[in-house]
Amino acid sequence: MEFGPYLMLASLEGAVTAAVLALTAVGLSLVFGIMRVVNVAHGEFFMLGAVLAWWVSSWFGGPAAVGFIAAAVIAPVLVGLLAAAADMTLLKRIDYDPERTIVVTIGLLYVIQQVTLMTYGPEARPVEPPFNTRLALPWFEWGENGFQLYWPWGLSTTSYKLFVIAAAAAVLAAVWLLMRHTKIGLIMRATQLDGEMAQVFGIPVERVYAFTFGLGAGLAALAAVLIVPIQQAHYLMGGDPLLLSFIVVIIGGLGSLPGTVVAALLIGMSDGIISVFFSPTLAKILATLLVALVLVFRPQGLFGTRAA
Amino acid sequence: MLELSDVSTGYGEAQVLRDVSLDVRAGEIHCLLGRNGAGKTTTMKAITGLLPLWGGTIHLDGAEIGALPAHRVGQTGVGYIPQGRRLFGELTVAQNLEIGLMTRRSSAAVRERALDLFPRLRERMGQRAQTLSGGEQQMLATARALCTEPKVLLLDEPTEGLQPSMIAAIRDVIVQLRSEGTAILLVEQRIDAVLAVADRVTFLENGHARETWAAADLRGNHAVIDRYLGV
Repeated sequence: MEFGPYLMLASLEGAVTAAVLALTAVGLSLVFGIMRVVNVAHGEFFMLGAVLAWWVSSWFGGPAAVGFIAAAVIAPVLVGLLAAAADMTLLKRIDYDPERTIVVTIGLLYVIQQVTLMTYGPEARPVEPPFNTRLALPWFEWGENGFQLYWPWGLSTTSYKLFVIAAAAAVLAAVWLLMRHTKIGLIMRATQLDGEMAQVFGIPVERVYAFTFGLGAGLAALAAVLIVPIQQAHYLMGGDPLLLSFIVVIIGGLGSLPGTVVAALLIGMSDGIISVFFSPTLAKILATLLVALVLVFRPQGLFGTRAA
Repeated sequence: MLELSDVSTGYGEAQVLRDVSLDVRAGEIHCLLGRNGAGKTTTMKAITGLLPLWGGTIHLDGAEIGALPAHRVGQTGVGYIPQGRRLFGELTVAQNLEIGLMTRRSSAAVRERALDLFPRLRERMGQRAQTLSGGEQQMLATARALCTEPKVLLLDEPTEGLQPSMIAAIRDVIVQLRSEGTAILLVEQRIDAVLAVADRVTFLENGHARETWAAADLRGNHAVIDRYLGV
């Protein structure tokens, strides 16, 4: 294969990574933006989403599509409820103190991980994709007859991968609409801007926090449900999404939704492309270097606003 | 209308208010005076529920509101215009007012009434609150509180840093609200401004409510004022 088709293949893989990463990172960013909580357990909510997806889809049995749709609905809701419960029983008790929430969410990370190991076990298990048609992709060349399309051998993707990209984009658009154009979004933004004054105007800030924490975890779980037909569910799978989400959120600017999406595209795409042409390790090295540069030259992130 | 009995509270371990009792009647402007740190703002935060009470009770229209969580207090009819205005800066004027309306699920007619008092805000509805001038921000903070249809309005230094024409505009609105029967608790530094509009004055000192005077009796009685405010 020539360079062009290769690049296209790598970009598609990168776009899948970017789509899932954007969902996960937006969850982390929402929680930080509104609650000022650095949720170290975010990757475990991602992992729980994948594991629950396996449980739900294998419990339903039947056609793959039924199990997958059930998993896509049930797993994020369950994870969201669990996170909301964790907020009300743990984070609220320590008054959302910045340092102590980090310690508490580290504890939560290990509890979720070990409980999953004890119940689900150490195996990696796949979830069957609802559809998975191989799609050959065309490339073009300038031949004797001028512009021509042809189908190079090996240049293909699957319908499911395209679905992951589209689904993630749709969910991100829904989150944006929720934040910008609904009453819930207005309440969440008011809480973010001034929690005390929000209470003066009748906003039950504690419930907004529980909802936000649940929503953030639910988004991570949904991202995992989308990726689990490609990657398999495993109790240690939360590490990478957590690290990459933090990288994305720092580059994009903590609490900025557009910044998070742009940074996820940047990191996801470059991760995909560099991994194909060079090595995955180099991709991580470059991403980490980018974080370092952002922290030095633009600490508020690319799209963040400087704290007053 | 609003009655504080033996209210004590503070921040963390530090007690600020000690057994403060005072009442604000419907259609009255009641002013809190005192030096910095006397507990004026703390009194307001105690009424809004932002500071939990250590002791004492707060009644509004006979109903106890001192034990309610902060988000329930606003729903009973306590409007708060805090020091420094504290608007939702990144939200638009319209959105700030909508949050006010949501507090007690008030109708759009309530917002229209608030906007009639501050017509200038109508031209700014789509503008972000943080881009308004200081005077417009104070108007918005007032209009936002009025959107909650308050029975009691708490105003913490509403004229701080404003130009004279704006101070007059704010004062006119306060006087109008009084004539409509709203109970108003006002914290204000400028004693001449206070004596011009207030009906009664309570002096706070070191977290104690020392004396309450009719404002009419204070005019020309500078000994009392100097005792609590002089340096």
